[in-house]
Amino acid sequence: MCAICGCSDPQAHARAHAHDHSHAHDHSHAHDHSHSHDHSHAHDHSHAHNASRWVQLEADILGKNTQLAIENRREFERRDWLALNLVSSPGSGKTSLLERTIRELGARLPFFVIQGDQATDRDAERVRRAGARAVQLNTGTICHLDAAMVERAARELDPPPGSVLVIENIGNLVCPALFDLGEHARIVVASFAEGDDKPLKYPYMFRSADLVLLNKLDLAPHVAFDAKEFRDNLRSLNPSARVIELSATRGDGCGDWYQWLDDHARPTQIPGNFSALSEPQP
Amino acid sequence: MHELSVAMEVVELVTARAAGARVKRVVVEVGALAAILPDALAFSFQVASDGTSAAGAELQIIERDAQGRCRSCQRESAQRDILASCVCGERNFDWLSGAELKIREMEIV
Repeated sequence: MCAICGCSDPQAHARAHAHDHSHAHDHSHAHDHSHSHDHSHAHDHSHAHNASRWVQLEADILGKNTQLAIENRREFERRDWLALNLVSSPGSGKTSLLERTIRELGARLPFFVIQGDQATDRDAERVRRAGARAVQLNTGTICHLDAAMVERAARELDPPPGSVLVIENIGNLVCPALFDLGEHARIVVASFAEGDDKPLKYPYMFRSADLVLLNKLDLAPHVAFDAKEFRDNLRSLNPSARVIELSATRGDGCGDWYQWLDDHARPTQIPGNFSALSEPQP
Repeated sequence: MHELSVAMEVVELVTARAAGARVKRVVVEVGALAAILPDALAFSFQVASDGTSAAGAELQIIERDAQGRCRSCQRESAQRDILASCVCGERNFDWLSGAELKIREMEIV
């Protein structure tokens, strides 16, 4: 599965291919009606032979998560929390940015953090030292947070009204893209230390971003990162996402980020504010 | 490897609906923008269904094109890739469909 999960057993893929079902439209159950592309596969005919029968489901596979996420969002609004889903590749500086933000803004904007990592509670400890309450979720072999995990963690944190609930997702730009957690905004953190083609390499995640924080601005003079190229690449996938360049270690650019937080906090208290945050993509 | 989570949902949904019957075949529909690798999903389904009433079932994956409208020339086209370009050369689509990820039907015995 090396290409997908990085494991060392490429044979696993070969085995996955070994059963030769086709991904086509030609499964035949003896009688030869075809599942043609117009999807008018009406189920009033019976497939009674061999005592097998077909059951139509038309079920959204991620429907349970999506439903939980909708309930989360409703609950977050009822409690007057701004919920942010922070995603990035490992090492982009999510936790450092959070530490600085909590130190500099925490006095007037209460931060509560749900920290997702595969293992350890090191990051939760870091944001606690910066002054926020935090719960650590260790997902083990799961590569993303889901709405059920966030619901339990939010209940445990139980922030007061007006708080910012930050969900720091697993460092992974692939899997978390699919899972709505009930957040009001999805924030992708990228950095000058990465490639400016990152939006194209992880298009699903960047397509779903409401805001992109481009961290490690302090490294700009030392790296070949082309910020214009990055913005152009992002815009081709997602014209509405805003980009803020900043440095979590030095602090430059953070003012724009804090302004964004001030503008979006208390999503249900400021008329029109909540609607300014985009709803999840279809 | 979110395909494993997706496969686990598929197994849960079909086995619950089959209510004890053996699941022989499952037909799922995956849009080109669903961020799902069909081979990884097929492999994950084998793993996730092991020991359930869907063990050994065939997972049939129907891949659906995405429908995009070019933001530059307004032309609509069917695409297989989120990074596809329009015939006008621009890679800048409003996606009208393609995120489908659903179980269409199953065969039970």
